[in-house]
Amino acid sequence: MTIKEIQEEIVEEFTSFDEWMDKYAYLIELGNDLEPFDNQYRLDQNLLDGCQSKVWLHAWEEDGKIYYMGDSDAIIVKGIVALMIRALSGQTPDDILNNELSFVDEIGLKEHLSPTRSNGLVAMIKQMRLFALAFKAKQA
Amino acid sequence: MHYVVRMLQEKDTLVCNAMAIDINKIRAQFPILDSVIHGKPLAYFDNAATTHKPERVVNKVNEVYYTLNSNIHRGVHYLSNQATLAYEEARNKVQHFLNASQSYEVIFTSGATAAINLLATSFGDTYIEEDDEIIVSTMEHHSNIVPWQMMCKRKKAVLKVIPINEKGELDLEAFEAHLSDKTKLVAVTYVSNALGTENPIPEIIKRTHQNNSLIMVDASQAVQHLKVDVQELDVDFLVFSGHKIYGPTGTGALYGKEKYLNEMEPWQGGGEMIKSVTFEETTYNELPFKFEAGTPNIAGAIGLGEAIDFVSEVGIENIAEYEHELLTYATEKLNTIDGMRIFGTSEHKSSVISFLVKEIHPFDMGTMLDKMGLAVRTGHHCAQPIMDYFGIPGTLRASFAVYNTKEEIDRLVEGIAKVAMLFG
Repeated sequence: MTIKEIQEEIVEEFTSFDEWMDKYAYLIELGNDLEPFDNQYRLDQNLLDGCQSKVWLHAWEEDGKIYYMGDSDAIIVKGIVALMIRALSGQTPDDILNNELSFVDEIGLKEHLSPTRSNGLVAMIKQMRLFALAFKAKQA
Repeated sequence: MHYVVRMLQEKDTLVCNAMAIDINKIRAQFPILDSVIHGKPLAYFDNAATTHKPERVVNKVNEVYYTLNSNIHRGVHYLSNQATLAYEEARNKVQHFLNASQSYEVIFTSGATAAINLLATSFGDTYIEEDDEIIVSTMEHHSNIVPWQMMCKRKKAVLKVIPINEKGELDLEAFEAHLSDKTKLVAVTYVSNALGTENPIPEIIKRTHQNNSLIMVDASQAVQHLKVDVQELDVDFLVFSGHKIYGPTGTGALYGKEKYLNEMEPWQGGGEMIKSVTFEETTYNELPFKFEAGTPNIAGAIGLGEAIDFVSEVGIENIAEYEHELLTYATEKLNTIDGMRIFGTSEHKSSVISFLVKEIHPFDMGTMLDKMGLAVRTGHHCAQPIMDYFGIPGTLRASFAVYNTKEEIDRLVEGIAKVAMLFG
Protein backbone atom coordinates (compact mmCIF):
# COMPACT_ATOMS: atom_id res chain seq x y z
CA MET A 1 0.00 0.00 0.00
CA THR A 2 1.11 3.55 -0.62
CA ILE A 3 1.44 6.08 2.19
CA LYS A 4 -1.66 7.80 0.88
CA GLU A 5 -3.69 4.59 1.00
CA ILE A 6 -2.49 3.75 4.50
CA GLN A 7 -3.42 7.21 5.70
CA GLU A 8 -6.89 6.87 4.20
CA GLU A 9 -7.27 3.55 5.97
CA ILE A 10 -6.28 5.07 9.33
CA VAL A 11 -8.69 7.95 8.89
CA GLU A 12 -11.49 5.50 8.10
CA GLU A 13 -10.75 3.48 11.23
CA PHE A 14 -10.92 6.56 13.38
CA THR A 15 -14.12 7.96 11.86
CA SER A 16 -16.01 5.08 13.44
CA PHE A 17 -15.36 6.53 16.88
CA ASP A 18 -17.94 9.02 18.13
CA GLU A 19 -16.55 9.35 21.62
CA TRP A 20 -13.09 10.71 22.39
CA MET A 21 -12.77 7.96 24.98
CA ASP A 22 -13.08 5.28 22.28
CA LYS A 23 -10.47 7.01 20.17
CA TYR A 24 -8.00 7.06 23.01
CA ALA A 25 -8.85 3.50 24.02
CA TYR A 26 -7.92 2.53 20.46
CA LEU A 27 -4.66 4.49 20.66
CA ILE A 28 -3.86 2.66 23.88
CA GLU A 29 -4.58 -0.64 22.13
CA LEU A 30 -2.29 0.33 19.24
CA GLY A 31 0.39 1.29 21.73
CA ASN A 32 0.11 -2.01 23.54
CA ASP A 33 0.21 -3.93 20.25
CA LEU A 34 3.26 -2.15 18.86
CA GLU A 35 6.08 -4.52 18.09
CA PRO A 36 8.51 -4.50 21.05
CA PHE A 37 11.48 -2.21 20.67
CA ASP A 38 14.74 -4.12 20.36
CA ASN A 39 16.68 -3.11 23.48
CA GLN A 40 20.04 -3.09 21.72
CA TYR A 41 18.81 0.11 20.00
CA ARG A 42 17.65 1.77 23.22
CA LEU A 43 20.56 4.17 23.06
CA ASP A 44 20.89 7.85 23.86
CA GLN A 45 21.39 8.62 20.19
CA ASN A 46 17.98 7.06 19.44
CA LEU A 47 16.20 8.90 22.25
CA LEU A 48 14.01 11.89 21.49
CA ASP A 49 13.50 13.39 24.92
CA GLY A 50 10.35 15.43 24.96
CA CYS A 51 10.36 16.57 28.61
CA GLN A 52 6.85 15.17 29.14
CA SER A 53 7.47 11.80 27.54
CA LYS A 54 10.27 9.95 25.80
CA VAL A 55 10.35 8.48 22.30
CA TRP A 56 12.90 6.03 20.94
CA LEU A 57 13.33 5.63 17.21
CA HIS A 58 15.54 3.30 15.18
CA ALA A 59 15.62 3.03 11.40
CA TRP A 60 17.29 0.78 8.86
CA GLU A 61 17.31 0.31 5.10
CA GLU A 62 16.53 -2.86 3.18
CA ASP A 63 16.21 -3.16 -0.61
CA GLY A 64 15.81 0.57 -1.04
CA LYS A 65 13.09 0.84 1.56
CA ILE A 66 13.23 2.26 5.06
CA TYR A 67 11.95 0.46 8.12
CA TYR A 68 11.30 1.99 11.51
CA MET A 69 11.12 0.68 15.03
CA GLY A 70 9.80 2.94 17.81
CA ASP A 71 8.76 3.13 21.42
CA SER A 72 7.59 5.55 24.10
CA ASP A 73 7.21 5.47 27.88
CA ALA A 74 3.73 7.04 27.55
CA ILE A 75 1.20 4.68 26.03
CA ILE A 76 -0.84 7.31 24.14
CA VAL A 77 2.34 8.62 22.59
CA LYS A 78 3.28 5.02 21.78
CA GLY A 79 -0.07 4.58 20.03
CA ILE A 80 0.66 7.59 17.85
CA VAL A 81 4.18 6.26 17.22
CA ALA A 82 2.56 3.01 16.04
CA LEU A 83 0.44 4.96 13.55
CA MET A 84 3.50 6.82 12.22
CA ILE A 85 5.37 3.58 11.75
CA ARG A 86 2.40 2.01 10.04
CA ALA A 87 2.27 4.93 7.60
CA LEU A 88 5.96 5.21 6.80
CA SER A 89 7.75 1.94 7.52
CA GLY A 90 8.59 -0.10 4.41
CA GLN A 91 8.32 2.90 2.08
CA THR A 92 11.00 4.39 -0.15
CA PRO A 93 12.90 7.50 0.94
CA ASP A 94 11.28 9.49 -1.86
CA ASP A 95 7.79 8.50 -0.83
CA ILE A 96 8.53 9.33 2.81
CA LEU A 97 9.88 12.74 1.87
CA ASN A 98 7.11 13.56 -0.62
CA ASN A 99 4.10 12.68 1.53
CA GLU A 100 2.59 14.87 4.24
CA LEU A 101 1.25 13.08 7.28
CA SER A 102 -2.23 14.49 6.86
CA PHE A 103 -4.01 11.78 8.85
CA VAL A 104 -2.89 13.23 12.16
CA ASP A 105 -4.91 16.34 11.55
CA GLU A 106 -7.87 14.42 10.11
CA ILE A 107 -8.26 12.11 13.10
CA GLY A 108 -7.99 14.98 15.55
CA LEU A 109 -4.58 14.31 17.03
CA LYS A 110 -3.00 17.52 15.87
CA GLU A 111 -2.89 18.87 19.43
CA HIS A 112 -0.33 16.19 20.29
CA LEU A 113 1.91 17.31 17.47
CA SER A 114 2.15 21.01 18.10
CA PRO A 115 5.77 22.02 18.71
CA THR A 116 4.89 23.13 22.22
CA ARG A 117 3.56 19.78 23.43
CA SER A 118 7.06 18.50 24.19
CA ASN A 119 6.13 14.82 24.04
CA GLY A 120 8.84 13.82 21.55
CA LEU A 121 6.43 13.28 18.63
CA VAL A 122 7.39 16.35 16.64
CA ALA A 123 11.05 15.43 16.98
CA MET A 124 10.20 11.89 15.93
CA ILE A 125 8.54 12.91 12.65
CA LYS A 126 11.47 15.17 11.88
CA GLN A 127 13.85 12.31 12.64
CA MET A 128 11.90 9.88 10.44
CA ARG A 129 12.28 12.28 7.54
CA LEU A 130 15.96 12.89 8.31
CA PHE A 131 16.58 9.13 8.12
CA ALA A 132 14.89 9.09 4.70
CA LEU A 133 17.01 12.01 3.57
CA ALA A 134 20.21 10.37 4.81
CA PHE A 135 19.46 7.02 3.11
CA LYS A 136 18.56 8.83 -0.08
CA ALA A 137 21.87 10.70 -0.02
CA LYS A 138 23.66 7.42 0.52
CA GLN A 139 21.94 5.84 -2.47
CA ALA A 140 22.83 8.71 -4.81
CA MET B 1 7.40 26.57 65.32
CA HIS B 2 5.31 29.22 63.61
CA TYR B 3 3.67 26.68 61.34
CA VAL B 4 2.65 24.47 64.25
CA VAL B 5 0.98 27.41 65.89
CA ARG B 6 -0.82 28.16 62.66
CA MET B 7 -2.19 24.64 62.44
CA LEU B 8 -3.50 24.86 65.99
CA GLN B 9 -5.10 28.21 65.36
CA GLU B 10 -6.74 26.83 62.24
CA LYS B 11 -8.33 24.01 64.15
CA ASP B 12 -9.80 26.35 66.75
CA THR B 13 -11.34 28.63 64.19
CA LEU B 14 -12.36 26.02 61.64
CA VAL B 15 -16.09 26.71 61.68
CA CYS B 16 -16.11 30.47 61.50
CA ASN B 17 -13.36 30.63 58.90
CA ALA B 18 -15.02 28.11 56.63
CA MET B 19 -18.06 30.35 56.72
CA ALA B 20 -15.95 33.37 55.89
CA ILE B 21 -15.42 32.12 52.33
CA ASP B 22 -18.40 32.75 50.07
CA ILE B 23 -17.30 30.49 47.25
CA ASN B 24 -19.96 31.61 44.77
CA LYS B 25 -19.06 35.21 45.30
CA ILE B 26 -15.39 34.40 44.78
CA ARG B 27 -15.93 32.29 41.66
CA ALA B 28 -18.07 35.02 40.10
CA GLN B 29 -14.97 37.21 40.03
CA PHE B 30 -13.12 34.78 37.74
CA PRO B 31 -14.89 34.67 34.35
CA ILE B 32 -12.45 32.05 32.98
CA LEU B 33 -13.85 29.50 35.44
CA ASP B 34 -17.01 29.36 33.32
CA SER B 35 -15.01 27.97 30.37
CA VAL B 36 -16.13 24.81 28.64
CA ILE B 37 -13.17 22.59 27.67
CA HIS B 38 -13.70 19.68 25.24
CA GLY B 39 -17.42 20.02 25.96
CA LYS B 40 -16.96 19.78 29.74
CA PRO B 41 -16.93 22.51 32.38
CA LEU B 42 -13.39 23.51 33.31
CA ALA B 43 -12.04 22.39 36.66
CA TYR B 44 -8.69 24.09 37.02
CA PHE B 45 -6.11 22.43 39.28
CA ASP B 46 -2.94 23.99 37.90
CA ASN B 47 -2.78 26.86 40.34
CA ALA B 48 0.80 26.23 41.44
CA ALA B 49 1.81 27.00 37.85
CA THR B 50 -0.34 30.10 37.68
CA THR B 51 -3.61 31.22 39.20
CA HIS B 52 -6.41 32.84 37.27
CA LYS B 53 -6.97 36.56 37.60
CA PRO B 54 -10.04 38.13 39.13
CA GLU B 55 -11.90 40.60 36.93
CA ARG B 56 -10.77 43.53 39.08
CA VAL B 57 -7.10 42.77 38.32
CA VAL B 58 -7.74 42.60 34.57
CA ASN B 59 -9.81 45.78 34.79
CA LYS B 60 -7.08 47.52 36.74
CA VAL B 61 -4.45 46.67 34.12
CA ASN B 62 -6.81 47.92 31.39
CA GLU B 63 -7.51 51.07 33.37
CA VAL B 64 -3.79 51.82 33.60
CA TYR B 65 -3.39 51.63 29.84
CA TYR B 66 -6.63 53.50 29.12
CA THR B 67 -6.35 56.31 31.63
CA LEU B 68 -2.91 56.42 33.23
CA ASN B 69 -0.37 55.28 30.69
CA SER B 70 2.86 57.21 30.98
CA ASN B 71 6.43 56.52 31.96
CA ILE B 72 7.08 56.84 35.64
CA HIS B 73 9.47 58.66 37.97
CA ARG B 74 10.88 61.14 35.45
CA GLY B 75 7.98 63.10 34.12
CA VAL B 76 6.85 66.52 35.23
CA HIS B 77 3.53 66.14 33.48
CA TYR B 78 0.27 65.09 35.06
CA LEU B 79 -0.06 61.56 33.68
CA SER B 80 3.49 60.65 34.58
CA ASN B 81 2.92 61.80 38.14
CA GLN B 82 -0.34 59.87 38.39
CA ALA B 83 1.29 56.70 37.00
CA THR B 84 4.20 57.10 39.42
CA LEU B 85 1.83 57.46 42.36
CA ALA B 86 -0.11 54.35 41.34
CA TYR B 87 3.09 52.33 40.84
CA GLU B 88 4.50 53.38 44.21
CA GLU B 89 1.12 52.73 45.83
CA ALA B 90 1.40 49.15 44.49
CA ARG B 91 4.81 48.90 46.13
CA ASN B 92 3.26 50.05 49.42
CA LYS B 93 0.64 47.32 49.07
CA VAL B 94 3.33 44.67 48.70
CA GLN B 95 5.18 46.20 51.65
CA HIS B 96 2.12 45.98 53.92
CA PHE B 97 1.21 42.54 52.61
CA LEU B 98 4.64 41.20 53.61
CA ASN B 99 4.82 43.55 56.60
CA ALA B 100 8.16 44.95 55.45
CA SER B 101 9.27 47.92 57.50
CA GLN B 102 10.06 50.09 54.48
CA SER B 103 8.51 50.25 51.01
CA TYR B 104 11.97 50.60 49.44
CA GLU B 105 12.82 47.14 50.73
CA VAL B 106 10.46 45.86 48.02
CA ILE B 107 12.08 45.58 44.58
CA PHE B 108 9.69 44.92 41.71
CA THR B 109 10.89 42.21 39.33
CA SER B 110 9.40 40.28 36.42
CA GLY B 111 8.83 37.28 38.71
CA ALA B 112 10.44 35.07 41.31
CA THR B 113 12.97 33.76 38.79
CA ALA B 114 14.20 37.27 38.00
CA ALA B 115 14.24 38.10 41.72
CA ILE B 116 16.49 35.12 42.49
CA ASN B 117 18.75 35.87 39.54
CA LEU B 118 19.03 39.45 40.76
CA LEU B 119 19.91 38.30 44.26
CA ALA B 120 22.31 35.57 43.13
CA THR B 121 24.22 38.04 40.97
CA SER B 122 24.26 40.99 43.34
CA PHE B 123 24.82 38.92 46.48
CA GLY B 124 27.54 36.95 44.72
CA ASP B 125 29.32 40.06 43.44
CA THR B 126 29.20 41.69 46.86
CA TYR B 127 29.71 38.97 49.43
CA ILE B 128 30.99 35.75 47.88
CA GLU B 129 34.58 34.66 47.68
CA GLU B 130 36.27 31.47 46.60
CA ASP B 131 35.28 28.39 48.68
CA ASP B 132 32.31 30.16 50.31
CA GLU B 133 29.22 28.02 50.60
CA ILE B 134 25.58 28.44 49.58
CA ILE B 135 22.99 25.98 50.88
CA VAL B 136 19.92 25.02 48.83
CA SER B 137 17.70 21.95 49.10
CA THR B 138 16.69 18.98 46.99
CA MET B 139 13.12 20.24 46.84
CA GLU B 140 13.92 23.57 45.19
CA HIS B 141 12.36 24.69 41.93
CA HIS B 142 15.03 24.89 39.20
CA SER B 143 14.77 28.68 39.56
CA ASN B 144 16.23 28.39 43.05
CA ILE B 145 19.01 26.04 41.95
CA VAL B 146 20.37 27.20 38.62
CA PRO B 147 21.05 30.89 39.48
CA TRP B 148 23.08 29.73 42.51
CA GLN B 149 24.92 27.13 40.43
CA MET B 150 25.81 29.82 37.90
CA MET B 151 26.98 32.18 40.63
CA CYS B 152 29.03 29.46 42.37
CA LYS B 153 30.71 28.66 39.08
CA ARG B 154 31.60 32.32 38.54
CA LYS B 155 32.89 32.85 42.08
CA LYS B 156 34.38 29.37 42.59
CA ALA B 157 32.01 28.91 45.51
CA VAL B 158 30.41 25.66 46.68
CA LEU B 159 26.75 24.67 46.51
CA LYS B 160 25.55 22.41 49.32
CA VAL B 161 22.25 20.58 49.13
CA ILE B 162 19.89 19.66 52.00
CA PRO B 163 18.44 16.23 51.21
CA ILE B 164 14.81 15.21 51.76
CA ASN B 165 13.27 12.18 53.43
CA GLU B 166 10.70 9.75 52.01
CA LYS B 167 7.84 11.97 53.21
CA GLY B 168 9.24 14.80 51.15
CA GLU B 169 10.46 16.81 54.13
CA LEU B 170 13.80 18.54 54.57
CA ASP B 171 16.38 16.55 56.48
CA LEU B 172 17.08 19.10 59.22
CA GLU B 173 19.98 17.14 60.68
CA ALA B 174 21.72 17.25 57.34
CA PHE B 175 20.97 20.99 57.22
CA GLU B 176 22.69 21.41 60.60
CA ALA B 177 25.65 19.44 59.33
CA HIS B 178 25.95 21.68 56.25
CA LEU B 179 26.08 24.89 58.29
CA SER B 180 29.63 26.12 58.78
CA ASP B 181 31.60 29.35 59.01
CA LYS B 182 31.81 29.20 55.21
CA THR B 183 28.02 29.33 54.82
CA LYS B 184 27.18 32.72 53.35
CA LEU B 185 23.59 32.13 52.36
CA VAL B 186 20.81 29.58 52.76
CA ALA B 187 18.27 29.67 49.90
CA VAL B 188 15.25 27.47 50.52
CA THR B 189 11.62 27.31 49.53
CA TYR B 190 8.79 27.92 51.97
CA VAL B 191 6.46 25.49 50.21
CA SER B 192 7.57 22.89 47.67
CA ASN B 193 5.91 23.43 44.29
CA ALA B 194 6.21 19.73 43.42
CA LEU B 195 5.27 18.12 46.76
CA GLY B 196 3.38 20.76 48.71
CA THR B 197 5.60 20.36 51.77
CA GLU B 198 5.52 23.41 54.03
CA ASN B 199 9.01 23.74 55.49
CA PRO B 200 9.67 24.85 59.09
CA ILE B 201 10.97 28.17 57.82
CA PRO B 202 10.96 30.04 61.17
CA GLU B 203 13.19 27.35 62.65
CA ILE B 204 15.49 27.30 59.61
CA ILE B 205 15.84 31.10 59.70
CA LYS B 206 16.68 30.99 63.40
CA ARG B 207 19.37 28.34 62.92
CA THR B 208 20.81 30.17 59.92
CA HIS B 209 21.13 33.39 61.91
CA GLN B 210 22.67 31.58 64.88
CA ASN B 211 25.30 30.47 62.39
CA ASN B 212 25.83 34.12 61.34
CA SER B 213 24.66 33.37 57.83
CA LEU B 214 21.96 35.03 55.74
CA ILE B 215 18.83 33.44 54.34
CA MET B 216 16.60 33.84 51.30
CA VAL B 217 13.17 32.25 51.26
CA ASP B 218 11.42 31.40 48.01
CA ALA B 219 7.81 32.20 48.88
CA SER B 220 6.43 31.63 45.37
CA GLN B 221 4.13 28.88 46.67
CA ALA B 222 3.57 30.46 50.07
CA VAL B 223 2.31 34.05 49.93
CA GLN B 224 -0.95 33.03 48.25
CA HIS B 225 -1.64 30.30 50.80
CA LEU B 226 -0.43 31.46 54.21
CA LYS B 227 0.45 34.55 56.18
CA VAL B 228 4.01 35.67 55.52
CA ASP B 229 5.41 38.39 57.77
CA VAL B 230 9.01 39.22 56.90
CA GLN B 231 9.65 41.09 60.16
CA GLU B 232 8.22 38.35 62.34
CA LEU B 233 10.22 35.78 60.39
CA ASP B 234 13.28 38.06 60.47
CA VAL B 235 14.07 36.76 56.98
CA ASP B 236 16.87 38.56 55.11
CA PHE B 237 15.51 38.09 51.58
CA LEU B 238 12.24 36.75 50.25
CA VAL B 239 10.92 36.41 46.71
CA PHE B 240 7.54 35.69 45.15
CA SER B 241 5.77 35.73 41.78
CA GLY B 242 2.77 37.95 41.11
CA HIS B 243 1.05 35.61 38.67
CA LYS B 244 0.77 32.84 41.26
CA ILE B 245 -1.14 35.15 43.61
CA TYR B 246 -3.92 36.21 41.22
CA GLY B 247 -1.79 38.97 39.67
CA PRO B 248 -0.60 39.56 36.09
CA THR B 249 2.25 37.55 34.55
CA GLY B 250 5.60 39.32 34.39
CA THR B 251 5.33 40.61 37.95
CA GLY B 252 6.99 39.67 41.21
CA ALA B 253 9.14 41.04 43.96
CA LEU B 254 12.32 40.67 45.91
CA TYR B 255 12.14 41.73 49.54
CA GLY B 256 15.49 42.45 51.17
CA LYS B 257 16.58 44.03 54.42
CA GLU B 258 17.65 47.61 53.81
CA LYS B 259 21.19 47.06 55.07
CA TYR B 260 21.97 44.34 52.56
CA LEU B 261 20.16 45.96 49.64
CA ASN B 262 22.23 49.09 50.27
CA GLU B 263 25.48 47.17 50.43
CA MET B 264 24.85 45.01 47.39
CA GLU B 265 26.05 45.86 43.91
CA PRO B 266 23.27 46.50 41.39
CA TRP B 267 22.33 43.78 38.92
CA GLN B 268 21.32 45.32 35.63
CA GLY B 269 22.47 48.74 34.48
CA GLY B 270 20.44 51.29 32.57
CA GLY B 271 17.83 53.96 33.08
CA GLU B 272 16.02 54.43 36.41
CA MET B 273 18.85 52.87 38.43
CA ILE B 274 21.36 55.69 38.11
CA LYS B 275 21.90 59.00 39.87
CA SER B 276 24.46 60.39 37.47
CA VAL B 277 26.36 58.99 34.52
CA THR B 278 29.68 60.09 33.05
CA PHE B 279 32.08 57.90 31.14
CA GLU B 280 34.43 58.07 34.11
CA GLU B 281 31.97 57.07 36.78
CA THR B 282 28.33 56.25 37.35
CA THR B 283 26.68 56.69 40.70
CA TYR B 284 23.71 54.54 41.46
CA ASN B 285 20.27 55.64 42.48
CA GLU B 286 18.95 54.92 45.94
CA LEU B 287 16.69 52.02 46.91
CA PRO B 288 14.59 50.58 45.44
CA PHE B 289 15.45 52.15 42.06
CA LYS B 290 19.05 50.93 42.17
CA PHE B 291 17.69 47.46 41.39
CA GLU B 292 15.00 48.46 38.89
CA ALA B 293 16.87 49.29 35.68
CA GLY B 294 14.77 50.22 32.68
CA THR B 295 11.09 50.97 32.42
CA PRO B 296 9.38 48.47 34.69
CA ASN B 297 6.13 46.57 34.15
CA ILE B 298 4.08 49.53 35.33
CA ALA B 299 0.61 48.19 34.56
CA GLY B 300 1.62 44.76 35.83
CA ALA B 301 2.85 46.06 39.17
CA ILE B 302 -0.33 48.09 39.65
CA GLY B 303 -2.31 44.96 38.73
CA LEU B 304 -0.34 43.02 41.34
CA GLY B 305 -1.32 45.65 43.91
CA GLU B 306 -4.96 45.02 42.98
CA ALA B 307 -4.45 41.24 43.33
CA ILE B 308 -3.06 41.79 46.82
CA ASP B 309 -6.14 43.85 47.65
CA PHE B 310 -8.26 40.90 46.49
CA VAL B 311 -6.32 38.49 48.71
CA SER B 312 -6.43 40.87 51.67
CA GLU B 313 -10.18 41.40 51.34
CA VAL B 314 -10.87 37.66 51.27
CA GLY B 315 -8.33 37.34 54.09
CA ILE B 316 -5.19 35.22 53.86
CA GLU B 317 -6.18 33.33 57.02
CA ASN B 318 -9.57 32.49 55.47
CA ILE B 319 -7.86 31.37 52.28
CA ALA B 320 -5.41 29.20 54.24
CA GLU B 321 -8.26 27.61 56.16
CA TYR B 322 -10.40 26.94 53.10
CA GLU B 323 -7.55 25.55 51.01
CA HIS B 324 -6.46 23.35 53.87
CA GLU B 325 -9.96 21.91 53.92
CA LEU B 326 -9.74 21.27 50.16
CA LEU B 327 -6.33 19.63 50.51
CA THR B 328 -7.51 17.32 53.29
CA TYR B 329 -10.65 16.41 51.38
CA ALA B 330 -8.75 15.74 48.14
CA THR B 331 -6.08 13.67 49.90
CA GLU B 332 -8.72 11.47 51.55
CA LYS B 333 -10.67 11.00 48.32
CA LEU B 334 -7.63 10.32 46.16
CA ASN B 335 -6.39 7.72 48.62
CA THR B 336 -9.53 5.66 47.93
CA ILE B 337 -8.31 5.03 44.37
CA ASP B 338 -6.64 1.68 43.88
CA GLY B 339 -2.93 2.04 43.16
CA MET B 340 -2.77 5.69 44.26
CA ARG B 341 0.75 6.84 45.17
CA ILE B 342 0.98 10.31 46.70
CA PHE B 343 4.44 11.92 46.74
CA GLY B 344 4.90 14.33 49.60
CA THR B 345 3.16 12.99 52.69
CA SER B 346 4.29 15.49 55.29
CA GLU B 347 1.75 16.56 57.90
CA HIS B 348 2.65 20.12 56.97
CA LYS B 349 1.44 20.68 53.45
CA SER B 350 -0.10 23.45 51.48
CA SER B 351 -2.43 23.20 48.48
CA VAL B 352 -0.44 20.76 46.34
CA ILE B 353 -0.94 17.04 45.76
CA SER B 354 1.58 15.20 43.61
CA PHE B 355 0.68 11.65 42.64
CA LEU B 356 0.86 8.68 40.29
CA VAL B 357 -1.65 5.89 39.83
CA LYS B 358 -0.24 2.40 39.41
CA GLU B 359 2.30 2.51 36.59
CA ILE B 360 0.26 4.87 34.42
CA HIS B 361 2.48 7.49 32.79
CA PRO B 362 1.62 11.02 33.95
CA PHE B 363 1.39 12.20 30.34
CA ASP B 364 -1.25 9.58 29.57
CA MET B 365 -3.28 10.36 32.67
CA GLY B 366 -2.98 14.12 32.14
CA THR B 367 -4.04 13.83 28.50
CA MET B 368 -7.15 11.84 29.41
CA LEU B 369 -8.08 14.15 32.30
CA ASP B 370 -7.78 17.13 29.98
CA LYS B 371 -10.43 15.55 27.75
CA MET B 372 -12.74 15.63 30.76
CA GLY B 373 -12.13 19.34 31.34
CA LEU B 374 -9.79 18.61 34.26
CA ALA B 375 -6.64 20.73 34.14
CA VAL B 376 -3.72 19.24 36.07
CA ARG B 377 0.00 19.52 35.51
CA THR B 378 2.17 16.60 34.47
CA GLY B 379 5.93 16.16 34.41
CA HIS B 380 8.80 17.03 36.71
CA HIS B 381 7.43 20.48 37.69
CA CYS B 382 10.87 22.06 37.16
CA ALA B 383 12.09 20.08 40.16
CA GLN B 384 14.03 17.19 38.65
CA PRO B 385 16.12 16.47 41.76
CA ILE B 386 12.90 15.53 43.61
CA MET B 387 11.87 13.16 40.82
CA ASP B 388 15.35 11.62 40.86
CA TYR B 389 15.05 11.11 44.62
CA PHE B 390 11.78 9.19 44.20
CA GLY B 391 13.09 7.44 41.06
CA ILE B 392 10.17 8.55 38.88
CA PRO B 393 10.03 10.50 35.59
CA GLY B 394 7.39 12.87 36.90
CA THR B 395 4.03 13.08 38.60
CA LEU B 396 0.57 14.49 38.15
CA ARG B 397 0.02 17.54 40.25
CA ALA B 398 -3.26 18.98 41.41
CA SER B 399 -2.87 22.34 43.12
CA PHE B 400 -5.65 24.37 44.65
CA ALA B 401 -6.65 28.00 44.83
CA VAL B 402 -9.36 29.79 46.75
CA TYR B 403 -11.88 29.34 43.90
CA ASN B 404 -11.69 25.52 43.79
CA THR B 405 -14.53 23.48 45.23
CA LYS B 406 -15.10 20.03 46.70
CA GLU B 407 -17.42 19.29 43.76
CA GLU B 408 -14.50 19.89 41.39
CA ILE B 409 -12.36 17.56 43.47
CA ASP B 410 -15.08 14.90 43.21
CA ARG B 411 -14.95 15.24 39.42
CA LEU B 412 -11.16 14.93 39.49
CA VAL B 413 -11.28 11.78 41.60
CA GLU B 414 -13.97 10.27 39.34
CA GLY B 415 -11.92 11.13 36.26
CA ILE B 416 -8.76 9.55 37.66
CA ALA B 417 -10.64 6.40 38.62
CA LYS B 418 -12.12 6.21 35.11
CA VAL B 419 -8.72 6.56 33.44
CA ALA B 420 -7.17 4.05 35.84
CA MET B 421 -9.81 1.55 34.81
CA LEU B 422 -9.17 2.16 31.10
CA PHE B 423 -5.48 1.48 31.52
CA GLY B 424 -6.26 -1.66 33.49
